[in-house]
Amino acid sequence: MRASRRWAFLVRRLGFYLAAAAAAVALNFLLPRLMPGDPSSAIVEELERVSGQQVPAETLMSIRAIFGNPSDNLAEQFVDYLRQLGHFDLGVSVVNFPVPVADLVWQALPWTLLLVGTTTVAAFAIGTLLGVVAGWKAGSRFDALLTPFTTFLSSVPYFWVALLALWVFGFVLGWTPLSGGYDADLPQGFSFAYAVSVLHHGALPAATIIISAFGGWLLGMRNMTVTTVREDYVLLAQAKGLSPGRVMLRYAARNAMLPSFTGFAMALGGVVGGALLTEIVFSYPGIGYLLYEALQKRDYPMMQGVFLLITLAVLLANLVADLAYVVLDPRIRARG
Amino acid sequence: MRASLLTSWKVRFGLGVLGLFVLLAIFGPWINRVLLGVDPRANDIGAIASPPSTAHLLGTTQFGQDVLAQTIAGARGSMLVGVLAAGIGTLIAIAVGVPAGYFGGSVDNALNFLTNLFLVMPVLPLILIVAGYVQGTGMWVIALIIGLFGWSGGARTLRAQALSLSSRDFVLAMRMLGEPHRRLIFCEVLPHLSGWISAMFLHGMIGGVLAEAGLAFLGISDSGSISWGTMIQSAQQQSAVLRGFWWWFVPPGLCIALIGTAATLVNFGVDELSNPKLRLARRSVVARTRRAPRPATAGGETR
Repeated sequence: MRASRRWAFLVRRLGFYLAAAAAAVALNFLLPRLMPGDPSSAIVEELERVSGQQVPAETLMSIRAIFGNPSDNLAEQFVDYLRQLGHFDLGVSVVNFPVPVADLVWQALPWTLLLVGTTTVAAFAIGTLLGVVAGWKAGSRFDALLTPFTTFLSSVPYFWVALLALWVFGFVLGWTPLSGGYDADLPQGFSFAYAVSVLHHGALPAATIIISAFGGWLLGMRNMTVTTVREDYVLLAQAKGLSPGRVMLRYAARNAMLPSFTGFAMALGGVVGGALLTEIVFSYPGIGYLLYEALQKRDYPMMQGVFLLITLAVLLANLVADLAYVVLDPRIRARG
Repeated sequence: MRASLLTSWKVRFGLGVLGLFVLLAIFGPWINRVLLGVDPRANDIGAIASPPSTAHLLGTTQFGQDVLAQTIAGARGSMLVGVLAAGIGTLIAIAVGVPAGYFGGSVDNALNFLTNLFLVMPVLPLILIVAGYVQGTGMWVIALIIGLFGWSGGARTLRAQALSLSSRDFVLAMRMLGEPHRRLIFCEVLPHLSGWISAMFLHGMIGGVLAEAGLAFLGISDSGSISWGTMIQSAQQQSAVLRGFWWWFVPPGLCIALIGTAATLVNFGVDELSNPKLRLARRSVVARTRRAPRPATAGGETR
């Protein structure tokens, strides 16, 4: 009975995420076709602006052969689009013509995964640990100082903190580079100098992400801990004479972690999308910066490709979070 | 509940700060024109990108515009987007969440699917893409986009609340009396949700202010109007950071930070009231940690 309920739950969730993925693909297909402006006419406009004369019919035809003809049958266009996706073909970038979008995404991905991945894990670890301590000793001086401070930090707009950090550490003190992910003079590869340069460039963006993100984990964990600390089983553990540290971590924190843990799984999905704003403030060569550039230069195929990648990553992470919850929290199974 | 809400210093402080900014949004242009006598758009060619001085209390921008006057004028733009976005988002949340919880069944299935879909979609990239296609945006469009993509969390809360309300005795009783659904929803269910809805609106407003600033920073904004977001955006565009014009981007960012903090404080106070455990725990835990032998070791073991 129990096992079948669990399966029913999983199948339903899986169905939802498949539907959501289908919606994302459909949205990605429809948006550029419903909105004013399409890649072909954007290129034509650009060409006409640069050359100052009308684009000949043959050129228009070949541009449309590559980027699609907006007046084609919508169903035919959709079939073509799906066939392309099946081959992991995200189209060709308009700005970096004729580089495929997939190649550009592939280049940018490691930068984002490295920067945002490590900082997401670090922010989660720091915030959760501090949150447990603050919640365990709610009302103490530690809690009274830390909680309002992190409240302030988490309500400050992130990009503004990043700008301030860049100004103080990059401009005034000159400790960190002002932009980029590595020293452009160095050859890319596995050399010591290159690795040092990457770390040097990544330090400040990483620090700003951790500072702005750990507060959210802390506040959530604090409030959950305050709630679990009042539970009878925690009192019992204390009455048994277990050490306070053991009670705090093994009894109170373990149960308080549950919502944070799902949040963490979802945050990992956001890693692919990256910290858009971070990458933009620091001109960091990741996925977010790619999307920003595509947006500014109206590179529609690139915008679509990056968006699809980000969406699918988030959906996948949500699915994993759901699965993890089933394993971790038996009550979910019971409710089905 | 209302009376005890105001006894919390967090709520009072937060509401006070929010009130000040609302006043600034309403009277800002008047303050600029009559009290300060400065036009936020006027270019003082004699003082370009100058640091704070007696002539310009908060300095000037790259274009010789007074930063103080711009910050005051920006309150209206930012708050307007915030209020509009919150209004749109709250209305959608009510329209989707309340029927889902009230009717249940297939209505709930369909509406809940829609809500979940919007919950899992990455909002910022989605807004970016949409705003990227919609060219030549005005403040109204920005608010519309923010509201359109920011209702899902609220809808889920309202669904849960409407669900529990519709199974309470008084609603059941009125249903049996043959009261029409429309009347029940508007006269019985919605009034009971007014606390949630107003908290949602406040939350949405702050979210809207922050989102507008974020979008403006990404270059999606109405360049004709002044908001804190467009101020930071133009500072960024003129490389204010790399040239050390800190007085240009610090004041608008600080205003946003203050509003955000104020709203969080209000939320905090509301949380403590609605979740008694958060409040009760405080005194008893303090007493218990005092009794417990050396609670400080707890921190040591975590390392």
